[in-house]
Amino acid sequence: MISVLRSASLVLRKDLLAEWRSRVVVGQILPFSIVLLLVFGFALDPDRQVLEAATPGLFWITVLLVSMIAAQRSAAIEAGDGATDGLRLSGLDPAGIFIGKTLAVVVQLVLLEVVLALGVTVLFGRELGGWLLLVTATGLATIAIAAAGTLGGTLTQGLAAGQTLLPVLVLPALVPVLLGATQAWEAALSGQDGGWGWAGMCGVVAVLALLLGAASYGSLLDEG
Amino acid sequence: MEAPVVELEQAVVLAGRFPALAGLDLEVGQGEVVLVRGPNGAGKSTLLRLCAGLTPLKSGKARVLGHDLAADTAAVRPLVGLLGHASALYEDLTVEDNLTFWSRSAGPGALSPAEALELMQVEPRLATVEVRRLSAGQRRRVSISVVALRRPRLWLLDEPHAGLDAQARDLLDGVVRSAVDAGATAMVVSHELDRAHALADRSVAIVGGMAR
Repeated sequence: MISVLRSASLVLRKDLLAEWRSRVVVGQILPFSIVLLLVFGFALDPDRQVLEAATPGLFWITVLLVSMIAAQRSAAIEAGDGATDGLRLSGLDPAGIFIGKTLAVVVQLVLLEVVLALGVTVLFGRELGGWLLLVTATGLATIAIAAAGTLGGTLTQGLAAGQTLLPVLVLPALVPVLLGATQAWEAALSGQDGGWGWAGMCGVVAVLALLLGAASYGSLLDEG
Repeated sequence: MEAPVVELEQAVVLAGRFPALAGLDLEVGQGEVVLVRGPNGAGKSTLLRLCAGLTPLKSGKARVLGHDLAADTAAVRPLVGLLGHASALYEDLTVEDNLTFWSRSAGPGALSPAEALELMQVEPRLATVEVRRLSAGQRRRVSISVVALRRPRLWLLDEPHAGLDAQARDLLDGVVRSAVDAGATAMVVSHELDRAHALADRSVAIVGGMAR
């Protein structure tokens, strides 16, 4: 059996390469996320104060929605033409495969978040600040979302209604992350206390999702 | 005397609620090429997937390469190479990307991507082409290269000649023969009996999930 780290790095490289060659994130998911921000902006623009106050929540709702597409894409890479059988026979560690796929989604989401952060600054007029808390909360929430999405994507990939089931299954589980990340961002942007506790909540979900995924991914591959 | 590479005793595998293999007894010795024949739905592909550790055994006994399939599937999987109906390639990656990934996944001792492509004489210009742009025959050649680069001890080939031109069929037979000469074993499912008989040392017929 190939080690967890080696397996993770091979799968991370492979998934990022697949994204680079197909340009799904840049060509489809990124434009969709910008359209979402614009729609939110148009809907709330008459009341600029509401728009500024809602910026953290709108940012994380957008991230959650586009993360479902990224997770589906990640699962679809393996679903194509028997590739899952190849993975099962490869000798790669299942936990490493899960971690590699999760990290690939993390990298893609971070790129999207950078663009979205610029978007909320320009479109919603909300200046970013409290950088240490902001970056920490964003990192932990992104790992939680990517791990839960990767797990959910694999769980639903073999099902006929998998594409619609994924958000139904995963989004409710990510409500604590949406809440925690939004509150941490609000605290960071307004300089209020209490933001680190919310960031910690995102961290707890991230650890739980990573442990659950690493422990169950081999069985999920076999069941798929 | 060497232990059989594949040893099945009253092996039962379910497909849904119905038995795809219904108490199959089979032994395959080291260095043999065994043709598995039978009508559609007889359980031939299920047999290969069972031997690869991809389909669970419901009851009976199954040992592959000295490992009990029910207890030690993870030990068997890296030792076998399965060429199924699907290509098992990543559509968005190039041929070279695919071979590099599978070569590194196989660990030390695997063939390099260039060596694997040479085996099936895949044109060098195709190395940088995404798999989704390949023809069915080109994909099949690449799939065979992926199986070969892992240097499996047990080759499980499901309709291996399908979609290949005459030259590629000869190349495939040569690759399998070379592997067997080097100590590997092969099980071949095929409906092209003339060609498969020429490759195989003996044949086994499966009907209704049982050997006849």
